[in-house]
Amino acid sequence: MAAIEESYDVVVVGAGHAGCEAALACARLGMETIIFTVSIESIAMMPCNPNIGGSSKGHLVREIDALGGEMGKNIDKTFIQSKMLNRSKGPAVHSLRAQADKAAYTAEMRKTLQNTDHLTIRQAEVSEILTAEDLSGLGKTAWTEDARVAAVRTVSGAIYYCKAVILCTGTYLKARCLTGEMISNTGPNGLSAANYLTDSLVSHGIEVRRFKTGTPARIDRRSIDFSKMEEQRGDERVVPFSFTTNPDDVQIDQVSCWLTYTNERTHEIIRTNLDRSPIYAGIIEGTGPRYCPSIEDKVVKFADKDRHQIFVEPEGLDTNEMYIGGMSSSLPEDVQFEMYRTLPGLENAKIVRNAYAIEYDCIDACQLYASLEFKKMPGLFSGGQFNGSSGYEEAAGQGLIAGINASRKIMGKEPLILDRSQAYIGVLIDDLVTKKNREPYRMMTSRAEYRLILRQDNADLRLTKIGYEVGLIERERYDRVCEKERLIEEEIRRVKRVKLGASARVQALLEQYGSIALNTGVFLSELMRRPELDYEKLGPLDENRPNLPPDVREQVNILIKYEGYIERQVKQVEKFRRLEKKKLPVPYDYGTISGLRIEAQQKLNEFQPLNIGQAGRISGVTPADVSVLLVYLEQLKYLNRDLFNSLNEGIDNEVSV
Amino acid sequence: MKSDTIAAIATAMSPSGIGIVRISGSDAFAVADRVYRSKSGKVRLCECESHTIQYGYICDNGQVIDEVMVLLMRGPRSYTAEDTVEIDCHGGVYLMGRILEAVIAAGARPAEPGEFTKRAFLNGRIDLTRAEAVIDVINAKNEYALRGSMDQLQGALHEQVRKMREVLLHELALIESALDDPEHITLEGYGSQLKDTVDNLLKTVDKLLKSFENGRIFKEGVNTVIVGKPNVGKSSLLNILVGRERAIVTDVAGTTRDVIEEQINLNGVTLNIMDTAGIHDTDDCVERIGVERARKAAAEADLVIYVMDATREPDGEDEAIMELLLEKQALVLLNKSDLRVVLTPEKIKSKINKQIISVSAKDLTGISQLEEIICKMFFQGELKYNDEIYAINVRQKNLLVTAGEHLKLVKQSITDGMPEDFYSIDLMSAYEALGNMIGEAVEDDLVEEIFSKFCMGK
Repeated sequence: MAAIEESYDVVVVGAGHAGCEAALACARLGMETIIFTVSIESIAMMPCNPNIGGSSKGHLVREIDALGGEMGKNIDKTFIQSKMLNRSKGPAVHSLRAQADKAAYTAEMRKTLQNTDHLTIRQAEVSEILTAEDLSGLGKTAWTEDARVAAVRTVSGAIYYCKAVILCTGTYLKARCLTGEMISNTGPNGLSAANYLTDSLVSHGIEVRRFKTGTPARIDRRSIDFSKMEEQRGDERVVPFSFTTNPDDVQIDQVSCWLTYTNERTHEIIRTNLDRSPIYAGIIEGTGPRYCPSIEDKVVKFADKDRHQIFVEPEGLDTNEMYIGGMSSSLPEDVQFEMYRTLPGLENAKIVRNAYAIEYDCIDACQLYASLEFKKMPGLFSGGQFNGSSGYEEAAGQGLIAGINASRKIMGKEPLILDRSQAYIGVLIDDLVTKKNREPYRMMTSRAEYRLILRQDNADLRLTKIGYEVGLIERERYDRVCEKERLIEEEIRRVKRVKLGASARVQALLEQYGSIALNTGVFLSELMRRPELDYEKLGPLDENRPNLPPDVREQVNILIKYEGYIERQVKQVEKFRRLEKKKLPVPYDYGTISGLRIEAQQKLNEFQPLNIGQAGRISGVTPADVSVLLVYLEQLKYLNRDLFNSLNEGIDNEVSV
Repeated sequence: MKSDTIAAIATAMSPSGIGIVRISGSDAFAVADRVYRSKSGKVRLCECESHTIQYGYICDNGQVIDEVMVLLMRGPRSYTAEDTVEIDCHGGVYLMGRILEAVIAAGARPAEPGEFTKRAFLNGRIDLTRAEAVIDVINAKNEYALRGSMDQLQGALHEQVRKMREVLLHELALIESALDDPEHITLEGYGSQLKDTVDNLLKTVDKLLKSFENGRIFKEGVNTVIVGKPNVGKSSLLNILVGRERAIVTDVAGTTRDVIEEQINLNGVTLNIMDTAGIHDTDDCVERIGVERARKAAAEADLVIYVMDATREPDGEDEAIMELLLEKQALVLLNKSDLRVVLTPEKIKSKINKQIISVSAKDLTGISQLEEIICKMFFQGELKYNDEIYAINVRQKNLLVTAGEHLKLVKQSITDGMPEDFYSIDLMSAYEALGNMIGEAVEDDLVEEIFSKFCMGK
């Protein structure tokens, strides 16, 4: 019997947060796209925490939204609590975090996928990646003749011809879940693992490695005594994630989260049973994330801390399951049972699902270009946890970029590469493809050098135009951002010209906010810079203030209030961009540059960096090596003028806006 | 690694007991073999083990030039990380020159100034500070500068800067941890604590910057002041000194410290002639060029050249100037010796216990003697400076100044009550500037620090 054969532009493998963004981007850019998932029910599943956003992850979601992705819209429709974190700190680190109704989130995303033109959903396990050569080996003809990706094959033998493949396999490749001595070869939530694809990748020269992560237990809310915990409420006024969501539409009744603590007894139980933890017993080979440690890791590594915070969060409105944040573990079931019950409020806790650790195959993303395309196999892209990251938001950001670039490749366009000064997504991908990450990579504000410019509040101003250029943002939204920009500029100019005298009215208002009285007249902008004042508070003194939308007022306030800092950051960015602009030839044999250390030659040959800046960020390339490269580029100017000139015309990977 | 082979005299060109000619590069051993002959005539350096010393001769066209010890070092275990041969020969400018010529005739290329160090740096053997210090050693114009450079070479500066960076990194990591994990780490009362830390860092920066001032003396020579009443011939004297040495004068005007008008090299001794006593201003009125000015100039100088008019009897003012020269290294010039002289060395010897030279700026008599005496004073160690250890160069100084400015901005942010994440912008700039000083990368270590020191939860 002949196997099914179908043709698409793009095949997306996996329908998690990366896969959904990738598939939607491709389909919306007009690519005939098929997305494979082991289970339709697991589309956009949240197998770990029930949050979207959080410190720096909230930034990612807003950037995804500004570029035309789906995550922000989806969470706005399905959140049950929302908070702006770090409000007491500067605007750069304000970060949105929402509690999702997991079931609703999944259902809503599934609905979106199902209703997107050019997008086909298929429940099947992809087991092989086929290049044109592989196809001719099977006696099939491919559309391309080189080593490029040409098709995928499923376990059943069906062949799907395509021009690009995006791997978003998450934690499913050869997945193994561990709860103490109990080990099962399944993906998250007991879903079946994908056991074949790894071998196909390895046979094509792709190197895989093993990472691990974990999740805490879920506990029946009816067995919890909340009176012993601290209540954590959502914000009074909810800010939506998506720039397209009307803020008035998200002012819903929110549910609460709860805070409790571990204690010495908890720690004692963990210490006594450490030998039964698969990690400490050496059963787990994969590397886990340090920033998201299991409770046993915390107890061992931070032995001086006598308690750890534990957040008890609802998983949705229609479920009694509560997520026990901060207490992921791979200890055996009986130890878990005892351990969770030491926490105030959890004395009679009933566990619905055990905590477990999960191991899976993934890659070192250094095998990818910053476009997220494999260096070894043209047409093959990847995103998400498969690339060695962790987190829904990190996955979604990569999925979106992989989707955009797979489409652009098919359209014959230059890839979209965001740099570190443009977006957290740029930082994320740059880190993944240039640095040796020995553990699942999580986004953090500290990873972004230029965060005062990469704020969550200006993601639309930074990226909407790029999203428009790419084709994922409609004209109307683009025009709105242009108009917003204009209004901001105009108002800043005006505010800088408004002069206030030392009148009684002015002094009274200053006194009201505990601000020092004026001796002489000052500009409104100068007063705004006082820590205790801002644009809104000074409103009563600003007689000719135009009626502006809240998001414009917010930008005016931030841009004036922190002007000096922003200027300094812009200077840092200019310095950074100077090195990014120094292009290197690709491909190039760095063995021919004398003066480079052998290790640096190997690394540079392996990575084939696009520019000096990127070269300098590669692990194993020292500042001294960078000086050699700079010297080399200088020499090139004299010795090989043609090559030098071609560098500065040819390779420009940014989308011009 | 392919590199051409370079050679140079690695020791000072002075009549010292021993000298070294260094050869570095892929063909260093082969080149050395072409000029080397062992006692037996059978040993070939190419076949000798690394890190051994061979005794033998250096020959040029079969003629023995010198009896030498040859030190062999194969890369990467050498200063440049390349194959290196050092020929220890008998010192002496002529002999070393001959050996170098022979080595170059045998296939090496003359090294450019600092090229060995550049190679060591490019080959990853040494970091930027050390490289700069070595280049300073090469450029050092006297022994004191050499001492400063040596200390720096041993990493004294590196150590100071590294310590400062460590402190900054810790603070950055704390702030970042608190931002990434606000529910676990609090920054309450952090501002005032950070202020103290920043104050301490600023003190270190100031200390290092001061040593820059002193470090300049090491490198650029003896700060010299020419004093004297108007019309005694100070300017002509300066012009003669400068004119005679025109080829090696560097104009360093415009530097931040006291304006140095001219730099002169007298047989290897560098003099910075400082314009503090109205040297160009011959029309200056007597009141302004009086004792006070001379006193001030003399106080700052390492060497005072006091010019008197030999055709005039000394007056009370001269007496006063001579008095304040008693404690200084000073020379007295009796100018206009070509005219009818009323003032002879004998006449003032009783008044001042300094070297006294009769000169004529007009017909140039006595000038060679002046130069000789200055060189003698220098080589006998009579011209002394203070001995701060951190000699830093201009690039490093500018980076230090930048770091200092950013640290001050951090303090300003704290005073202004800015949220904590704003501190990190300038802390990071300071950290980067210091990192650039010593050529260390900025990336990665911050995240490493966060993980190693602070408990993160989620």
